[in-house]
Amino acid sequence: MTKTDVLMTGVGGQGVILASDALAEIALKAGYDVKKSDSLGMSQRGGSVVSHLRMGEHIFSPMIKKGDVDFLLAFERLEGARWADYLRRGGVAIINNLAIPPLSVVGGASIYPSTVEVEEIIREYTDEIYFIPATEIAVELGNPQVLNVLLVGFLSLFLDIEEKSYIGNLSQRVPQKFLQLNLKAFARGREEALIRKQNRQH
Amino acid sequence: MAITKRLLSGNEAMALGAYHAGVSVATAYPGTPSTEILENLAKMEGIYVEWSTNEKVAMEVALGASYAGVRALVSMKHVGLNVAADPFFAASVTGVRGGLVVICCDDPGMHSSQNEQDNRHYARFAKVPILEPSDSQEAYNIMEWAFKMSEEFDTPVLFRSTTRISHCKTVANVKEAADIKRKQPRFIRDPYKFVMVPSNARPRHPLMEERIQKLSSYMEAFPLNEMILGDRSIGIISAGAAYQYAREVFHNASFLKLVTTYPLPKKLIKRFASEVARVVVIEELDPFLEDIIKIMGIQVIGKELVPIVGELNPQILEERAINAGLLPQPQQMSQSTKKVERALPLRPPLLCPGCPHAATSYALRRLGFYHVEPHDEQASEKRAMARQKRQGIIVTSDIGCYTLAVYPPLLALDTCACMGASIGQAHGLEKAGVTNKIVSVIGDSTFLHSGITSLVDVVYNKGHGTVIILDNNTTAMTGHQGHPGTGISARGEETRKVIMEDLVRGTGVRDVSVVNAFDLPLIEATIKRCVETDEPSVIIVRGPCPLRVRMKGKPLVVDLEQCDKCFNCLRVGCAAITKDGDKITIDTALCVGDRCSLCLQVCHRQAFKVSER
Repeated sequence: MTKTDVLMTGVGGQGVILASDALAEIALKAGYDVKKSDSLGMSQRGGSVVSHLRMGEHIFSPMIKKGDVDFLLAFERLEGARWADYLRRGGVAIINNLAIPPLSVVGGASIYPSTVEVEEIIREYTDEIYFIPATEIAVELGNPQVLNVLLVGFLSLFLDIEEKSYIGNLSQRVPQKFLQLNLKAFARGREEALIRKQNRQH
Repeated sequence: MAITKRLLSGNEAMALGAYHAGVSVATAYPGTPSTEILENLAKMEGIYVEWSTNEKVAMEVALGASYAGVRALVSMKHVGLNVAADPFFAASVTGVRGGLVVICCDDPGMHSSQNEQDNRHYARFAKVPILEPSDSQEAYNIMEWAFKMSEEFDTPVLFRSTTRISHCKTVANVKEAADIKRKQPRFIRDPYKFVMVPSNARPRHPLMEERIQKLSSYMEAFPLNEMILGDRSIGIISAGAAYQYAREVFHNASFLKLVTTYPLPKKLIKRFASEVARVVVIEELDPFLEDIIKIMGIQVIGKELVPIVGELNPQILEERAINAGLLPQPQQMSQSTKKVERALPLRPPLLCPGCPHAATSYALRRLGFYHVEPHDEQASEKRAMARQKRQGIIVTSDIGCYTLAVYPPLLALDTCACMGASIGQAHGLEKAGVTNKIVSVIGDSTFLHSGITSLVDVVYNKGHGTVIILDNNTTAMTGHQGHPGTGISARGEETRKVIMEDLVRGTGVRDVSVVNAFDLPLIEATIKRCVETDEPSVIIVRGPCPLRVRMKGKPLVVDLEQCDKCFNCLRVGCAAITKDGDKITIDTALCVGDRCSLCLQVCHRQAFKVSER
């Protein structure tokens, strides 16, 4: 794999850090140098969360420069828009089409961007945009919390790492009673990516 | 010895490095970004680990252990070293027996801190050596050197990390099962070294100066300071996270990576400077290296290139280097200049659904006490009313989750300086003659950290203030560590528990109330009563942190027929309550149900109900 920069963003409690931890371990096992950097602390109280994940032959900085991100994996729509300027031209934006309005929106002080507006913002950087109803699918599968595994499944189709590495990591990471559900979520995310890639339907 | 390749955060690597270096005693008070060092050590066998009541105590305990001849470690965030400065400087004077490593984690960019001080100055100030890793591998490797250096030169060693070292995960080759040799504890009496009465202390100072001289020569040959010669037109001197950013941005330049940033290996620096056409110093925050190198008579580019304020990153460095002509202009125009600026809604952190601090914050705001214009409402009659209420209670705050009540919609707080300051500030305001009623808020962990001494001061000096101890039975902001009031040790074992109300009474406070954190009317009534009395009072508002207990009550539902759309429930600042159009909804995944029910208590139409299912 040539150097790959992934930026994962979302809201405290969505499992962003867990997902980037897992992917970092998987990339390490696959033989890459890996560095990752998270926002921690305050953000777990429902704030905005971001995780920089870099993999490749030799990585220096643990933080990605604006305009360098190959994959923006957003667990929430507004957070996707917020970090769009990190995308490189032609990078891939994978956005969970979910709105978690912050209190400023609930209180009426600001307006939450629509899907169309988010798309416009991201289109300034790339046309490779996938909006996925990942939370809805996760709920369908039986638990909204598998959202993170589902999104990693979607991303996995774009990365040069074998599918079995993900499965192996999940099996070590997830308690036995949740494993089937998580494997299902991963497979479902990957399948979704395959269909959309084939149809070129974003 | 088997070596394994692991992906470790800097904090994990420091903990493992210290463990493999044979540390016997480790102490800390939790503080971002340092907390996980002790959390990781607490999982390891055969050593003593504690959460101390504050950093000063932690430093003293570690120093005592060092006097017993064993290796000791104390960790803290940057501002923690301010608290621990007194014993830290004392340790520099007496020196050590077993190696003493002081890890302090700076927070450039203030991800979760009240300032961004550059703690490298402490090394020079206290005349102790400093070591700085630039990734997890170095964090692990340097630890053994730090202990050795401490013992060889009879000095504490400052081990400095920053957020991007502590909280970044990078690959490290570490020993799988280390053959750990710990020193046997044995105290050898030596009053000339350990008892710093003036006659004993005076001869120590020249020794400290001599020590720095010896360390300077030692640093010249320190194997982890690395010179990488590439293109000689630019020679970059850097350390820590800034070094990695520099490597990222300047692909072919020559580098001098320093692990020992005080005292500096001056001959090495001179040699490097003579190899390159011009020297650039790349460092976060203060011109610490730059100043010393300039005094050596070497011309450098430093702070005119790299900002003195805020966290550095490759982005900033690249832009500055291009502007200064140190890097070529990029082919394309940078995207960020093209970008259409759009105002996206901010997402500040807030109190969690079911937080036991929410009701008190709500009560404080309502009793008092807008001091600022509420941003969260439209121009209305309410705004005029808010203005009339401005002469209310002043609320001095401390540092913890409850500090988030400063944000809209709670807007409950007026001050926040540092750990333990709220009670002292309130007392100061009162003694200055401010006529408002004054209430200070402080958390349980923070009260034990350094609030208690201020409370003693209030009692002794006949203050009248009301102190609210927000007791959620944990150190929540840093991730639920135990403290003396929780009865849970750093290893998660049960231990004796400080009874907060007894402790408070023991300081001489006679008016002590304990109230349920979810009983809004009682909280309000108690505050009202206490601020009217002529003696100091303490209200302990008690309720568990929902992130720790993770239990739910019966679900709450909204009866939209009853709702008159006053939206007062939104003033609680609960993330589980949302307005969809003009309809109030509860997110049942977030709501903790009737374990909290604060929304139900603030609704004047009984539109919130506890559902029996």
